[in-house]
Amino acid sequence: MSSPATEMAPEKAPLFPFDKKTRRIVTDPLSDNNPVTVQVLGICSALAVTVRVDKALVMAAAVIAVVSLSNVVISLLRNKIPPSIRIIVQLSVIASLVIVVDQFLKAYMYGLSKELSVFIGLIITNCILMGRAEAFAMANPPWQSLLDGLGNGLGYGAVLVAIAIGRELLGSGSLLGFQLVPEAAYAAGYVNMGLMVLPPGAFILLGLLIWAQRSWTGYTEEA
Amino acid sequence: MIDPIALASLAVKSIFVENILLAYFLGMCSFLACSKKVETATGLGVAVVFVLAVTAPLNWALNEFLLKDTGLLGVDLQFLSFIVFIATIAATVQLVEMVLDRFSPALYNALGIFLPLIAVNCSILGTSLFMQEREYGFVETCVFGASSGVGWALAIISMAAIRYKLRYSNVPEGLRGLGITMLVTGLMSVAFMAFAGIKL
Repeated sequence: MSSPATEMAPEKAPLFPFDKKTRRIVTDPLSDNNPVTVQVLGICSALAVTVRVDKALVMAAAVIAVVSLSNVVISLLRNKIPPSIRIIVQLSVIASLVIVVDQFLKAYMYGLSKELSVFIGLIITNCILMGRAEAFAMANPPWQSLLDGLGNGLGYGAVLVAIAIGRELLGSGSLLGFQLVPEAAYAAGYVNMGLMVLPPGAFILLGLLIWAQRSWTGYTEEA
Repeated sequence: MIDPIALASLAVKSIFVENILLAYFLGMCSFLACSKKVETATGLGVAVVFVLAVTAPLNWALNEFLLKDTGLLGVDLQFLSFIVFIATIAATVQLVEMVLDRFSPALYNALGIFLPLIAVNCSILGTSLFMQEREYGFVETCVFGASSGVGWALAIISMAAIRYKLRYSNVPEGLRGLGITMLVTGLMSVAFMAFAGIKL
């Protein structure tokens, strides 16, 4: 972050620029313009897969892969897609990539893919994907689109993992399956917070996370 | 074979106990975006019930006769189900839009702007995927589709009513809008969990 961009005015635009402005594409969605907490996109799957950290990590990886690749593909096709049918073209690109990810998970992580059940398929209707395809990839070259996809995927993944850490720690007293709350605490009367494992826990934790993040960045919404 | 009590129990289960929004988190995006006014929420709710009641049986038929290895083609094509289901949904939404425009302009004007939104509403695709995963029969699918929609509509309309009341309360600055909505949804979800004890 601290090193200034050395080549301020390059002779010709580099193929894969990585100057300050390009870096902003990646870092912006991590906090100031986070897809989940600020733009309110992709909430559905953000909540459903956060009971345990391992599920959240797999889901985050799947979304990062799909959003970066779909951004690249759509950006490559952007001048060939007729505007009137662009939605269906974007949907088919995304759906094909999700099928690939789903088959990959079934082959290498069968247990987890069974537990994630329909939510891998629901990446298709995750608004982040359509949103990035429509708002960024349709108007920018592939390299920038890849970075934008990575940034948004990471921003989404960060929120996902943060909620999952809270839910697993409070709800089951463990992280990634390792027991963290000592037996002595249970013996002394500590009880896992059952609410966190249930759906309401996810809603409430996300609400509090949004509150914390917005108080920090100073973003407020009307009414 | 078709047990009316079992069907009623399935309906109650998918409207209240396993509400598609409050227990499975599906359709959150439009839920958050369109729950500011009761009229808008009602319009979107009705549109979702309608589209779900049409697409769930349609996708059931496609899954049963085309994608399964016991279907007409005799090849297991279930890995294609995501793309087939989403295509059906997008096409149905487009078709419903055109039919409504032609035959019921009043309803079209009421639902018009919401229909395109529904194509990317997760609850529609989610219902079809649950239907496939749980291996429902045809009648069960119809009941499941329609009552999932009713449950979703119920949740969004009550949320709109609550948000209407929230306008008069003094919410902390960072919590305004999305934050407080999530907390209220959490409390609603707690309330709906109380239905879990009901068995028919």
